[in-house]
Parts: sequence; C-alpha cells; structure tokens
Amino acid sequence: MSKVDPLFETCLRLGDTALVLGQRLAEWSSKAPTVELDIALSNHALDMIGQAQLFLEYAGRVEGKGRDEDALAYHRQDFEFRNAMIAELPKGDFACTMVRQLLFATYASMFYERMTASTDADLAAIAGKAEKEMAYHARHAGEWVVRLGDGTEESHQRAQDAVNLLWPYAHELFQTDVVDQAMIETGVLPDAAAFKGEWLGEIEAVLKRATLSLPEDDWMPSGGRSGQHTEHLAYLLAEMQVLPRAYPDAKW
Amino acid sequence: MVIQTASHRTERARAVWDVLHQVMDPEIPVISVVDLGIVREVHDEAGALEVIVTPTYTGCPATKQIEFDIRQALDKAGFEDADMQISLSPAWTTDWITQQGREQLKAFGIAPPEGKTGKRALFAGDANVACPRCASRDTEQISEFGSTACKSLWRCRTCREPFDYFKCI
Ligand SMILES: [Zn+2]
Repeated sequence: MSKVDPLFETCLRLGDTALVLGQRLAEWSSKAPTVELDIALSNHALDMIGQAQLFLEYAGRVEGKGRDEDALAYHRQDFEFRNAMIAELPKGDFACTMVRQLLFATYASMFYERMTASTDADLAAIAGKAEKEMAYHARHAGEWVVRLGDGTEESHQRAQDAVNLLWPYAHELFQTDVVDQAMIETGVLPDAAAFKGEWLGEIEAVLKRATLSLPEDDWMPSGGRSGQHTEHLAYLLAEMQVLPRAYPDAKW
Repeated sequence: MVIQTASHRTERARAVWDVLHQVMDPEIPVISVVDLGIVREVHDEAGALEVIVTPTYTGCPATKQIEFDIRQALDKAGFEDADMQISLSPAWTTDWITQQGREQLKAFGIAPPEGKTGKRALFAGDANVACPRCASRDTEQISEFGSTACKSLWRCRTCREPFDYFKCI
C-alpha cells in the first residue's frame, strides 16, 4: 500500500460521509410523510451534498492528480469510500431517518464548530458554513424524535427500534486512528473524543423528553472510515453512479 | 458590512458596484446580489479588477446561477477582465442583508430575517415573526422549510395569509 496522505484521507472521510448521508436523505424526495417534510429532507440532502462538494473539491486539490469532486464522487468504488458507516445504513422508516439525523447532526455541529479553528484555512472555511447547517438539522431532528417518541404507541416503538439499531454505529464517529491523530496533533482536526461527553448529554436530554432510552453499549462496529463497509454502500453507489459511469463525459 | 478600502473607491470599482446592483437573485428577483450580501468586495488594484462572492448555503442550487448571472453582467458591461473569486470565509449570514434588501423582501411578501444570528440551540425556534402584509405578530410557523432552504413557511392569524420567512442563519 502506498503512503497515505492524512490530509487527503481526512477530506475524503468528511466529504464521503456528507455525500453518502445526502444520498440517503435524497431518497425521501417525493416519498416523505408530508409535503413539508419532503421539502425539509430534500433541503437537508442538498446541504449535505453541498458540503460534500466542498470537501471533495479540496480533496482533489490536496491530491494534486487532477481529480475534481465529480471524479471522486462518481468514479471510486465502495472500498475507496471513507464515510462513517452510520451514513450508509438504509434510510429505514421515518423514525430511523430522524434518529440518525439527531445522532449525526448533533455530532457534526459540535465537530464543525471546533473545526472553524482549524490550522487548515480551507477546512476552517468549510466548517464555518457547515456548522450552521448541521445546527438546524439537529434541531429539526430533535423536535421530530420527541414527537415520535412521545407520540403514539406505534411511533414510540418505531423510534425506540431506530435508537437500538443505530446506537452501535454512532461510536465510530468518535474513534480516532493514526490519520486522525496526525491531524489532531497539527491542529487541523478537533479531537472528537474530547466532546463525546457533551454530545452524549445532548442526546440523552432529547431522548428523555422523547421517553426513549439508550440501549446498553455492546458491539461498536467501525471500519467505514478506512474503507470497510456494510453491503449497503455498494447498492447506494450503484444507483448514484450509474449515469456518470455510463456516460463519463456527459454534461448537463 | 462591505469593507471600504482605497481599492473600492476607484471609478471602475464604483461602476462595477453599479452593475452588480442590477443583478437580481434568481429565486427572489426583487433583491440584488449586493443587497443580499453575496457580493462581498470589489477590488481595483494595479489595473486588476477582482470581485469577491460568497455563496449563501453550501447546497443552494441557485449558487451556480448567481455566479453565472454575475459573470454575464460583468462581461456585458465591458468588465470581461474582472476576476471573480468565490470565498467561503467568513461564512455568509443573513446579518449581511442590507436595510434596503430587507425592505425589498417585505414588499415582495417575504418576512425579512429578524434580529441577529445566534448560537446553535436545540428547540429554540424563531419567536413570532411579523406578517409582511399586515405587520401582525399573531402568526404561527407551518413548516421550518419552505420553497427553499433559506425560508420557512408561516401563517398570519390576523389577515389569514400564508407567507415565507427568510430565516436567520
Ligand atoms: Zn397578516
């Protein structure tokens, strides 16, 4: 294996997580429970894809091999993707999507808030925009998780099932490896482990209002950020990439 | 709050500002890209013109159209040599919408953003927004997201009209 550039790797991790989650959110377009939610989720999808575009464009510049954001999004295979696994899990029902949004957006808003102080000017600038967007995603999701959890018997059960399903995958967001360590040491990335307690406090406060509870910590799958994914990612990419792969130089 | 330095005050820079004042937002065609706070700076230094533009939302589909419209307006006005730079930092905020821009939004039926942008807070929505038609504050939010990411949908209980609110960000 050739030597990994930690900055390039970092840009891919940030960009791919945003891209894959954006793709999952976009699956709600024309299928959301109400027209207002349809618009909200489509807007959220656009925010994520916009962030992905910025991160991947920068990744291409860091790499310096002439790949732009489209080349990176559409012409890599699943094992080359560096997204956290929580982003690639199927959208599930509406409760599942809202619980994932709560877990991820709360984390991301805290992460980007700190990343605005990055020693890397490009990443700091992207964080300044992404921070605001993730804050309102988290608020939107929090309100819905309370409504669902503290709603009917069925909505409560579905929301609790979603928490149980997604919780193990949330831990990967806070794990660090040699790539992260190198970036944390140089002040490029914040150390997510440092605010896990604060994050947990916010999540628990929302779940309490929602009359939901966290499962016991058990297995904590990880590996997405180094290219090991669930089977779901390949299907998502197949759909996302079919057109640019069939017509590589197509313009629209 | 456009920063005025010497390089902004040349005749050519002023002429570029005039051109940009005529470029309207594609989705809200009553407000110019200057009043929306998208055009940040115009420099005219050593004969080189530079226009600094900041996108609103990262995922805003209108961004490309706005950049295209600005480029076209500059070219048409004879400023083909002006260099357009996209700058993400500092991040765009609704605080940059000018007073004139706020009035234009209101006249168009969109309630302008109220107050300054705050820190992130769970469950802290905007307080009751004034109706752009009758100014009543007896209003309610119908949906946090309206026709675009930057707006939410509201209803006035006094005049019964629905309206868009340009959210603080
Ligand atoms: Zn009214």
